[in-house]
Amino acid sequence: MNQWKNFTKGFIKESPTLVLLLGMCPTLGVSTSAMNGLGMGLATTFVLIMSNLCISAIKNVTPDKVRIPVFIVVIAAFVTIVDLFMAGYAPALHKQLGIFIPLIVVNCIVLGRAEAFASKNTILSSIIDGAGMGLGFTLSLTTLGCIRELLGNGSLFGFKFIPGDAILIFILQPGAFLTLGFLIALVNRLKKTT
Amino acid sequence: MEYIIIIIFIVFVNNIVFAQFLGICPLLGVSTRISTATGMAGAVLFVMTLATIVTWLAQRYILDPFHIGFLQTITFILVIAALVQMVEIILKKASPALYQALGIYLPLITTNCTVLAVAIQTITRDLSLLPAVVFAISNALGFGLALLLFAGIREHLALVQVPKGMQGVPIALVIAGILSMAFMGFANLVSW
Repeated sequence: MNQWKNFTKGFIKESPTLVLLLGMCPTLGVSTSAMNGLGMGLATTFVLIMSNLCISAIKNVTPDKVRIPVFIVVIAAFVTIVDLFMAGYAPALHKQLGIFIPLIVVNCIVLGRAEAFASKNTILSSIIDGAGMGLGFTLSLTTLGCIRELLGNGSLFGFKFIPGDAILIFILQPGAFLTLGFLIALVNRLKKTT
Repeated sequence: MEYIIIIIFIVFVNNIVFAQFLGICPLLGVSTRISTATGMAGAVLFVMTLATIVTWLAQRYILDPFHIGFLQTITFILVIAALVQMVEIILKKASPALYQALGIYLPLITTNCTVLAVAIQTITRDLSLLPAVVFAISNALGFGLALLLFAGIREHLALVQVPKGMQGVPIALVIAGILSMAFMGFANLVSW
């Protein structure tokens, strides 16, 4: 039960983007379509799970003073793995996400979970925390991507089902800020009523 | 002439905040007052220029000759983190006044994605050292411009009655959206 709560807290209640407001840059930058949002979310989830695993495994042998640089090196190693993997197996997606893949290193969510959770908890609960937070991030990215793609292009995951022109502004930069603003307002509202 | 085009292109047409979505966290975090925004912008200008020079040298003289380009991400983030620490220590000793002004913003910069992004972009754009420096400075100026504009608006926002659910970050993001619409007016002004 406790682990289940640990897993699901990232979805709405402690959603990294919508409630904790971490990792805003990739959220805004890659959510032009549902597919991009999903790809970026899953890449970050992988990095989160693996870095949480490693960091909680080495937490007892890491001197407290150098822990942040150590965490960053661990995270950067996994980001490099994801980067090379995507370049090899999903080159189109890799090109779309571009600079935002190496920037997972400085995504506050990853370092935040390492510092706030993995450096204090057991390996198993750290993995679950990483998976939950990562999927919560993926969920909000994909939602944002769906809304923007639907309004801005009339399609969803690349399938166009609203013919004709759509509201182009939602695909462009201002649409990202506006959609995310209203989405956060909605989540704030939902949190108050429940 | 080429440098002027770079500056106009980076500051206005391809603004790092409103067109590339980088550095949103500090934008939302430290932009509630103009004075803090100025401090942050100064610190970013300082670190970004230095970091771009150092990472450019690391890429050219270490990563390229040994063909270990795949270590780019790790190397750059370590160089930037170490550099920020070093700048902090040196500033504390050498120029206490400057440290007073920029000090508290320096640790925040390590996790500011703009610095790493600019360092990587200089390499992917294949710039030589001098254009790279101009590129970094104009990116920092673009960031500073965005931060100051945003802080100015948010200072006024304190006096406005905003619907309850929209208070705080949501309204800030809506304002950022409108500002970014304004910056879209610069599109195709110059190309680089």
